[in-house]
Amino acid sequence: MTVVTNGLKQAGSFFGLVVDVAKAVPKRPFQLKEFIQQAWFVASVTIVPTALVSIPFGAVIALQLGTLTRQLGAQSFTGAASVLAVVREASPLVTALLVAGAGGSAICADLGSRKIREEIDAMEVLGISPIQRLVVPRVLATMLVAALLNGLVSVVGVAGGYVFNVMVQGGTPGAYLASFTALAQIADLVTSEIKALLFGAIAALVASYKGLTAGGGPKGVGDAVNQAVVITFMFLFVVNFVISAVYFQVVPQKI
Amino acid sequence: MGVEIAVSGLTKRFGSQLIWDDVTLTLPAGEISVLLGPSGTGKSVFLKTLVGLIRPERGSIVIEGQDLVQLRGDDLYEVRKLFGVLFQDGALFGSMSLFDNVAFPLREHTRKGEKEIGDIVREKMELVGLAGAEGKLPGEISGGMRKRAGLARALVLDPQILLIDEPDSGLDPVRTSYINQLFVDLNAQIDATFLIVTHDINTARTVPDNIGLLYHRHLAMFGPREMLLSSEEPVVRQFLNAQTIGPIGMSEEKDADELAAESGQELPPLPPIPLQLPTSDGTPRRAEREAGEWCRSNGVTPPPGSFASTTAGIVGVDQGADA
Repeated sequence: MTVVTNGLKQAGSFFGLVVDVAKAVPKRPFQLKEFIQQAWFVASVTIVPTALVSIPFGAVIALQLGTLTRQLGAQSFTGAASVLAVVREASPLVTALLVAGAGGSAICADLGSRKIREEIDAMEVLGISPIQRLVVPRVLATMLVAALLNGLVSVVGVAGGYVFNVMVQGGTPGAYLASFTALAQIADLVTSEIKALLFGAIAALVASYKGLTAGGGPKGVGDAVNQAVVITFMFLFVVNFVISAVYFQVVPQKI
Repeated sequence: MGVEIAVSGLTKRFGSQLIWDDVTLTLPAGEISVLLGPSGTGKSVFLKTLVGLIRPERGSIVIEGQDLVQLRGDDLYEVRKLFGVLFQDGALFGSMSLFDNVAFPLREHTRKGEKEIGDIVREKMELVGLAGAEGKLPGEISGGMRKRAGLARALVLDPQILLIDEPDSGLDPVRTSYINQLFVDLNAQIDATFLIVTHDINTARTVPDNIGLLYHRHLAMFGPREMLLSSEEPVVRQFLNAQTIGPIGMSEEKDADELAAESGQELPPLPPIPLQLPTSDGTPRRAEREAGEWCRSNGVTPPPGSFASTTAGIVGVDQGADA
């Protein structure tokens, strides 16, 4: 019973934080300096690993699709399917996993150690809302970086797929490129960016929540980081499924 | 200057664990009060409740006609500007230099220019004896210095109420005396209401105007210093004189067997009440009362040797032949 009520309490106070953050976003003064610093920080810890992950990811998708399309006798659609898979699903997820794993864990550890050093309490007592001062800039910065990284992953993933398909699998460059727009449409890119924004927000919100509620000394911070990453990952896959399902209902598909 | 805090019926529990129940006390405006209690009795929780960091289950905390327990959001942040809080380890912002730490409340809450801010910061840093350390990071200095820097930051907005969490933890006896002297001098200068949470009985015996004792999930007693120091109440007597005989045991309260075993033992006599710590330049504080005044007006005979010196009855200080 306490497990259930505890879970509900956690969920409740998490959504409480989400509402507080939403209310604090339009409040002035906006912490521009903190926002830029955080955006730079999250970008600096995620760019290289994201790029490195997206190359084999694009290649694996190309490998799978290349084989599948040949079996179905639809080699000319390899490029089209590759673009769809990378832009619609793979890219926002890869982005989110790295933003959550590298950026989110750092945010959680930072806020958590401030919490146990009573810095957060001190800030509250000095009459400054830590939500407005610390959480809002982090959430917005992570969203921005996630959206930008998503673009990077899409490009690197598609390029990786191209290289793999053309050079390794012997596909024709013309077919790969020409079929890009056969299935994909601009709505795919828009949805992809919306996904990335949402995933970035979720990663930063969960990390902030876990950081701000950390307790029990340095071990508590370690636990909080661990939980933040796991919870974020679970959230991401559920939200990803919901958005994809809604997308197919709302946006008419080509052909 | 100085604001009264009226606490009534305050109750706090964490889950099923009761921290304290029905705490009622009034911190008189401009006076120094000390809150004592054995370790783990929720003294720090009480302090955090006073600034609205922890919400109590029941009760009210009235400051300037507003009940702090009912306040939310911006109203709460507004009331908090009356407070200066010194946390146990100073709670400095680790990424900022001491100067930026102390300047932080000024930059956030006032429209003062950098030059004026610099003057105020240097003045407060000098007050707590940290002149010249402005450029250091909190990680580079000792615990005592962090505490004093935290005090400078708490003072920078001229608070009406100063809450201090265990100023003596991790400080040597000499530094503890210095910081106690600083509190008395500060009280004379700014007339703010002080609440010091501690379990150092030497601090409790000499510094405050009022003493409160939290014990066994309730407020055992709160009143003028002389009232508690001359009290025969077992818990108060045991704690303020650091004795093993009495209801407080090693883990929590003693059980019936242990108390029965002690029942024949004679309690040592109450030690003399020391004089209150005067300001360093001798100027009287506004809240200061004449030594022995409470005892006289309440018909209590203070223990022999009382009010002879500021070290009378202090543990570990040589009392001389006649004390």
